[in-house]
Amino acid sequence: MSNIIASTAPKARQLTEAEIHEIEHEKTHYPYAQAVGLEALKIVQKYQGWVSDESLLAVSEYLDIPPDDLEGVATFFNMIFRRPVGKNVILLCDSVACWMLGCDDLKAHITSELGIDYGETTDDDMFTLIPVPCLGDCDKAPSMMVGRELYRSLTNEKIDQVIADYKAKA
Amino acid sequence: MSINNPLTKNIEEGRAPFTFKEYKAAGGYQSFTNAVKMSPRDVMGQVKDSGLGGRGGAGFNTGLKWSFSPDPDGLPRYLVINADEMEPGTFKDRLLMESDPHLLIEGMITASYAIQASTGYIFLRGEYTVAEENLLKAIAEAYDNGMLGKNIQGSDYSLDIYLHTSAGRYICGEETALINALEGKRANPRFKPPFPQVSGLWGRPTLVNNVETICNIPGILTHGVEWFKGLGLGDECGTRISGVSGRVKNPGCWEMPVGTTFRTLLEDYAGGMQDGYEMKAFLPGGGSTDFLTSDHLDLPMIPGDVAKAGSRLGTSLIMILDDKTCPIGTVRNLIKFFAHESCGWCTPCRDGLPWVEHILNKMEEGEGEEKDIGVLKEMCGYMGPGNTFCALAPGAAEPLQSSLKYFMDEYESHIKHGCNYK
Repeated sequence: MSNIIASTAPKARQLTEAEIHEIEHEKTHYPYAQAVGLEALKIVQKYQGWVSDESLLAVSEYLDIPPDDLEGVATFFNMIFRRPVGKNVILLCDSVACWMLGCDDLKAHITSELGIDYGETTDDDMFTLIPVPCLGDCDKAPSMMVGRELYRSLTNEKIDQVIADYKAKA
Repeated sequence: MSINNPLTKNIEEGRAPFTFKEYKAAGGYQSFTNAVKMSPRDVMGQVKDSGLGGRGGAGFNTGLKWSFSPDPDGLPRYLVINADEMEPGTFKDRLLMESDPHLLIEGMITASYAIQASTGYIFLRGEYTVAEENLLKAIAEAYDNGMLGKNIQGSDYSLDIYLHTSAGRYICGEETALINALEGKRANPRFKPPFPQVSGLWGRPTLVNNVETICNIPGILTHGVEWFKGLGLGDECGTRISGVSGRVKNPGCWEMPVGTTFRTLLEDYAGGMQDGYEMKAFLPGGGSTDFLTSDHLDLPMIPGDVAKAGSRLGTSLIMILDDKTCPIGTVRNLIKFFAHESCGWCTPCRDGLPWVEHILNKMEEGEGEEKDIGVLKEMCGYMGPGNTFCALAPGAAEPLQSSLKYFMDEYESHIKHGCNYK
């Protein structure tokens, strides 16, 4: 065969120095590199926003974990994003205490304000909306997180304020 | 002894958690000094005699669980803290870790000495970002002050503690699934036996304990078994954190003597129901427990008593179902959670939960049929104990089966008229 078509399969990218530094730090906590798989995916996600195929392959090569095994871990956990997300991920708790106190209405409000449903990202890449299982904040329900920040005792007005604050920071 | 709230004595709302120095000045880190003068087996014996039961939900005697560890053989062994608090309606470990992280670290050091662990891991849910920051700070301070690392306080005992943050999966609360996750694998549960105490993390003896359980250890080894026993009401030992969510006047969680009744918790601590709402039923300890009704409010919050009433004490954080909230919708929400969080390893859970969710969706939309009741009853058995690999599906079946017991009229009316709570 003379006309072999070049593979379009994704290839591992180069991990950044900062990523490698943090992964190496995590490696000191465990006797086996495989244990660092999830932490490494989180580190990559922290810097890249999500875990692309190229990032997953890079971690797989770096820690010598078969890509299928690592993909199995990546897809298992709720907080590893295998698709691009917006700059700020809104995690709206939809479990029982928040549901009883009206999280469905809050969700409808966010959807109408930002024009995104669960799993969607705003056109300007500012926000992605994802439901999250019980945030363990039931006495202050309804609750949500934006990135690493927790927002509690929510009302539509509070949500408007939070969204405005993030927009102002951008 | 005047301390009657050993779990929360250092916690004050709005104030930063104690630093190492402040914690020590308040009597902290004494338990290791006391423990190291005893043999590890004797420390284990003290914990066993104290009557401390696991606070994660199962309620098994902690010292007894520890005593299943084989004698040390010089190879690594592990203490793992289950801080993956994801049981719907549960928010007590968040308080302990955010507000007094040194209590957990001290408990871990003393517990690790008892089981002769070489390394301790805290398996923390990733969403608890404040707990993560506070625990990292506390661990670093403990190292700086010679409470962690080589030859702690000049003894020949050495210990390292590391924080592992997870990425959100309820099944990680199952101890063998947690161990798989910590090894970097998918968090499917493992077959038992062997139990983790014998063969756990990387095949080594491993004890997995809940945060609150370990937070009880400093008190027991500082003030003694008799003091701990005296904290409980009647024959009960110690204190525990119980709480309330739902439409009550003052939702929250508080430390109280073991043996306190649900009524005291609901009325004295949580201030009773909000005006205009009445209690219809409650879940006594998380989403995976059977509903109880107002007839059960005078029960003490003790695993055995709650079991006799047909439920489980679970995490002892109760959720109130009020008269303006649809009970079928509540069960549907719980089942949706469990269906989403099923690891998919075994059929009753992977296939049963989405099926139940589908039926409950139909009922909420007014499309339920008479035959669905039979299917739901059948599913409770199909997902029940003995048919599944771990306790996830049997737990999920608990609110479902008890809703069929207490709210059959609601099911009937949903089938006839759809949901009239909307």
